[in-house]
Amino acid sequence: MSTIALVGNPNVGKTAVFNALTGLNQSTGNYPGVTIDRKRGRVDTGAGNPPMTLVDLPGTYSLAAHAPDEMIVVDVLLDQQRGEEEIDGLLVVLDASNLERNLYLLSQLIELDKPLVIALNMMDIASRRAIQIDIPLLSRLLQTPVVPVCAHKGLGIAELRTALGQLAWGALEPPPVRATFPAEQQAALDQLQELLLNRRGQLGRNIPRLEAFRILVDEGGYAEQRVLKLFSKSFPTELQKLRHQARTMGGNLAAQEARVRYGWVRGVLEQAVVFPPVRKRTRSEQIDNYLIHRVWGTLFFVGIMAVLFQCIFTWAVPVMELIESGIGSLGALLGAGMNEGMLRSLLVDGIIAGVGSVLVFLPQILILSFFIAVLEDFGYMARAAFLMDRLLGWCGLSGQSFLPMLSSFACAIPGILATRTIRDRRDRFTTILVAPLMSCSARLPVYTILIAAFVPAERYLSGLIGLQGLTLFFMYCLGVVVAVPASWILRKTLFRGDQPPFILEIPSYKIPQARTVFRKVYREGREFLVRAGTLILAVTIVVWALAYFPRSPEIAETFEAQRATIELVSATPEQRAEELRQVNFDESATYLRESYLGRAGRWIEPVFTPLGWDWRIATATIASFPAREIVIATLGTLFHLGSEVDEADRSLITTLQDAKHPDGTPLFTFAVALSIMVFFALCCQCAATLAIIKRETRQWRWPLLCFTYMTVLAYVASWIMYNAAVGLGWD
Amino acid sequence: MQRTLDQLKINEKGVVASLYGNGATQQRLLEMGVSDGAEVEVLRYAPLGDPMEIRVRGFHLSLRKAEAALVLLEESAG
Ligand SMILES: Nc1nc2c(ncn2[C@@H]2O[C@H](COP(=O)(O)OP(=O)(O)OP(=O)(O)O)[C@@H](O)[C@H]2O)c(=O)[nH]1
Repeated sequence: MSTIALVGNPNVGKTAVFNALTGLNQSTGNYPGVTIDRKRGRVDTGAGNPPMTLVDLPGTYSLAAHAPDEMIVVDVLLDQQRGEEEIDGLLVVLDASNLERNLYLLSQLIELDKPLVIALNMMDIASRRAIQIDIPLLSRLLQTPVVPVCAHKGLGIAELRTALGQLAWGALEPPPVRATFPAEQQAALDQLQELLLNRRGQLGRNIPRLEAFRILVDEGGYAEQRVLKLFSKSFPTELQKLRHQARTMGGNLAAQEARVRYGWVRGVLEQAVVFPPVRKRTRSEQIDNYLIHRVWGTLFFVGIMAVLFQCIFTWAVPVMELIESGIGSLGALLGAGMNEGMLRSLLVDGIIAGVGSVLVFLPQILILSFFIAVLEDFGYMARAAFLMDRLLGWCGLSGQSFLPMLSSFACAIPGILATRTIRDRRDRFTTILVAPLMSCSARLPVYTILIAAFVPAERYLSGLIGLQGLTLFFMYCLGVVVAVPASWILRKTLFRGDQPPFILEIPSYKIPQARTVFRKVYREGREFLVRAGTLILAVTIVVWALAYFPRSPEIAETFEAQRATIELVSATPEQRAEELRQVNFDESATYLRESYLGRAGRWIEPVFTPLGWDWRIATATIASFPAREIVIATLGTLFHLGSEVDEADRSLITTLQDAKHPDGTPLFTFAVALSIMVFFALCCQCAATLAIIKRETRQWRWPLLCFTYMTVLAYVASWIMYNAAVGLGWD
Repeated sequence: MQRTLDQLKINEKGVVASLYGNGATQQRLLEMGVSDGAEVEVLRYAPLGDPMEIRVRGFHLSLRKAEAALVLLEESAG
């Protein structure tokens, strides 16, 4: 079966073409060593034609690569990527409304010397702008089939299949057209190829001509770095000499390449395309006069963000409560139907309570990813990056970090995944390391319950502002405020270096497609559920086991004896029930205190005393390593309650309020509550985040660093908060 | 004194003469069509004054003033 690569500039509708051609026959994976999705699908090329595999490559403006991630496209296209089948041909998607820059990439792709089919997408936009393209002539000039399509509506896809069928039969020849480079450059390239051929032994492979071209032209580029690593001192000087020799005009070879290619593009355009004599303002330009206007644009941005957060934190609540009560009833149902014992505890206290506490956040994740998908498909995200670039620049980041940061307010995981669009490695890693500081939805239950229990319901400014609301707002700001110096320091130390360029295409606005949006939301939701079902499930079981074992028989005996006494002495049945309940609570609390987790908590207690915590808070915090919200469940168990307590549960609030130190003073005060909240605002108690950081950075040291710096930060900030609060008399 | 792209005012046009320096940033600009002979027009500056948005070769590009300062413009007639 033949394999066809799908290539094109970013944002030209490649995904739309891919989906239209492959339907549901898709699979995604990862290329080894880089974080690039490896998406492929099967294309039915019509009756009697052999089916083909379509490999979707990341959108790119050029084959000049400056990082390993960008080199993947080149390697796959040149059949240099190990473990990948050979590419038999290309399906190039061009944006008809933006042909000039799109043809630049095509001029590079033609040099791969493979047969190709061109899908001329966005025909609707081109005709709206009165751009007339003589398609038969363009096809003749390029000596390649050119199929006009409108991918998101499925127009022209049948014709595209037919053209691909020709490709699958081997009926197409590689087009012989070329942009002509100066003879000096060709000669230098010949010499470089010979040089590389002589060093074939060290390289372990033949370097294709197009790769040699990139080594020659891209000074400091990745193609060059990769071979320089292998070679002796003499090679760099020889390469420099060849570069000098290849240069015939002013500027370096990159400028020469741009001149030659854009010259060729001009030639094609002049023959085959007629642009309107008077350029009218496009719809996008009209919209942008408002949406990124100094004043209106800023207002719109703030408005959009306000609506977004309103959705997540207010409108999602009823659905979340529904899920929560569903999980609660499931636990109760199972619990009632099973005998007291280990299995029940594992299922009810461990799995259902643990995984359930994570599932609750599904609505928030879906709402946020829906919003982001709509804004992205609309084309607003590039504008948001444009608006935010300066602000983020002060933290050493760029506008492209905005989307990951925003996503992290629902959950750091989609946020970290969204950093893939950041080209610069230092920017990307810095963003990954500070994204978990944004207050994700898992922190919300911690804030909610502690605020309800310990923050006085005082109101100021004639009731307009409440202290409880202010505290919540403060917690949300804390992460953002701390992220500023954190990223600034990271960019000055570990990721020191010049600010990478911010050269970003501002695409034209598109009407968001329901299908595209749905696909994205569905994918986010599914990934979240898979995570909850695997990693979080596993860690939950481990924590449960540490909190459950060892079950010492002595404890059982002591409490059995107590129950027997109550049965004998209690006056009334009500009193007996009440006392029995008390004993049962004490029993589970004792078990927990004597469990491995409880022992660890008491052992570590001195560390947390300066924060105003006792061993129970410390234990709950440690137990919440897999996910922050577990702290609520653990606190519930620790303070004499069953472990499936949620934040709406009044009795957990009252129990926490009643909790005492051994000397009888209240354990939780406003100051202690603040100290716990500050700790959870800044710590990285989230195993899933750490796992995803490992996956995306491919090294353990980054999740380790992230966990360490955030924990230290959380501890110090929490200590300061506690002492400041005590100093202010808030206890 | 030859002008650079960052010195253009809103709605002002210019033609690219050449680029200062030869690094990855310059190559990126070149690929995006900011190469000699290309007509560029400044559309707007972001609310905080940076980055800027330009039109080049029929599409819109956002770049910082620092990058625009690498783009030398042809001496205009008037
Ligand atoms: N008007 C119009 N819009 C289109 C057409 N094809 C795709 N789109 C829209 O263009 C936008 C970008 O399409 P995608 O398919 O995501 O583009 P892509 O090339 O995969 O983009 P990247 O994944 O960012 O490289 C989406 O909003 C599509 O709905 C078309 O023919 N006409």
